Amino acid sequence: MEPAMDLMRRMPPGSTETALNALLSLLPDHSLDLLSQVDLPLQVCMDKENNKEYILCEYNRDADSYRSPWSNIYEPPLEDGTVPSEEMRNLEVEANEVFSVYRDQYYEGGISSVYIWEDEDESFIACFLIKKDGQGKRGYMQIGSWDAIHVIQVGPEEEGAAHYCLNSTVMLSLTTDNKQSGTFNLSGSIRRQMSMTLAVADGHLVNMGKMIEEMEGKLRNSLDQVYFGKTREMVCTLRPSPEVLSMRVPDS
Amino acid sequence: MSDDGGAGEPLSGDQKREIAVWFLANAPAGEIHYVAKDVRALLGDDAAYEAAAAEAYPEYNKTQLVSLELPDRSGDIIITTYGELDRNNYLDPRTAQVATVDHVKQTCTKLRPAADEELPSGYIEEFRNAIDYEVSKYVGEAYPKGVSAVYCTNGKDVEGPGADFALAVVISAARRSPQNFCNGSWRSVWTLEFSYAFQLVEIKGKIQVGAHYFEEGNVQLDTDVDRKDSTILQSPEDTGHTVATIIRHQESEYFSSLEESYLNLSDATFKDLRRKLPVTRTLFPWHNTHAISLTRDLAKELGIGK
Repeated sequence: MEPAMDLMRRMPPGSTETALNALLSLLPDHSLDLLSQVDLPLQVCMDKENNKEYILCEYNRDADSYRSPWSNIYEPPLEDGTVPSEEMRNLEVEANEVFSVYRDQYYEGGISSVYIWEDEDESFIACFLIKKDGQGKRGYMQIGSWDAIHVIQVGPEEEGAAHYCLNSTVMLSLTTDNKQSGTFNLSGSIRRQMSMTLAVADGHLVNMGKMIEEMEGKLRNSLDQVYFGKTREMVCTLRPSPEVLSMRVPDS
Repeated sequence: MSDDGGAGEPLSGDQKREIAVWFLANAPAGEIHYVAKDVRALLGDDAAYEAAAAEAYPEYNKTQLVSLELPDRSGDIIITTYGELDRNNYLDPRTAQVATVDHVKQTCTKLRPAADEELPSGYIEEFRNAIDYEVSKYVGEAYPKGVSAVYCTNGKDVEGPGADFALAVVISAARRSPQNFCNGSWRSVWTLEFSYAFQLVEIKGKIQVGAHYFEEGNVQLDTDVDRKDSTILQSPEDTGHTVATIIRHQESEYFSSLEESYLNLSDATFKDLRRKLPVTRTLFPWHNTHAISLTRDLAKELGIGK
């Protein structure tokens, strides 16, 4: 697995799917590991009943069908598709509602979906997904996409508190294209983890939401400042700007 | 590459080779050796790996314009199709030598003086040499790790004024900093078409810049641009000077546009995807989310909208 994961951090982010398929065929015995450790750009499907799009992932898949968080129905239709318990479904409905508002405030568009399942020992797993792509209303970007996957494991409630373990991935691609500056593409993905034990007094949704908001802020900042900053630094090392060069002359 | 989803079917040596070639060809600048190590471990089939390496390395070296030190340490040779005599032999036009290259090890093993028929005529060489001199001066100033070469790509036997010929200027600068999880390369190729009839030199360039940062993630910059310019046909010295000036101007203009793209990125482009803060400029009111749900419940009860 180690060489496989090393390859995944070297291949062009835009070719993740091809790279993953290649690894799957080389390592059929590790397919579960690979599928859980390599994230692919999110796909969407239309809930015809509600005329609303939803995001596909392992957490809403049963056989070849995907359950809509809006209608709780599988598409293509599945007779005995598994659905969450009533308690979980209620939380899921609320989470989808609230997360849509959150998504709209930060993303000014895009699609979001939340899926919740009970796990062993009275714990549960919630998967929050956001997909945003398009040209952007400010018009600088020709093609851009942001896919965020947040998976939270919520432990059983003990003495009024619960343990939350969040694993987040953001996959990003930005392309600008014009005659003067040609094609400029920056893309990539980063993954981070965050764990917290929090009082449940305000409800799970408030806690999960705050963690996701903090995490998304950190990921966005890292991508902007650190990751893009580092590639920019590299370009300036390859070809230092004239000011830097003239400053260096006395030293040499 | 072939997409046979035949799960369970063991891959044939040929399929393994094909997959390995794909990974090697997609290695970022300066990282093919790391990719090769991973691929070799994953394949568990040395014969398939060797075949893949033999196929992928030469293509990679030429695409990436890899530069190798000449065995006599007289300089660097750029691996490019323009200097390729055969699979393993490359011309270094500046020193008029032919280097034998080990593609997989990325080293030069042998060096011999180029034969007369491998070199351009004296007339062409005057232009080639003058441009090479000026361009390498510019490259030395602009790129701390840059190398350049000028090749004759057409009409190398033209003996004097009256016929068309073409040269290509290749510039390659690479930085490897694996301990800082960062690698990058700047590549540019400028083709010069000398037209006697129009007394003109048509200049076309392609610049490609790549950078990879991979500490706890994988972020890659990938850019390319096509540029065009022209100048009148002059003496070799004057042409050399003008061509280098044009390339310098075009490349620094492109460098500025990259800087500008980065600025726009943080300020505007990124914001188009996800804002730093909501439109309200405050964090999301998670504590009031009950209100959101309540409004919904209320709306449901009252039968208002959706």
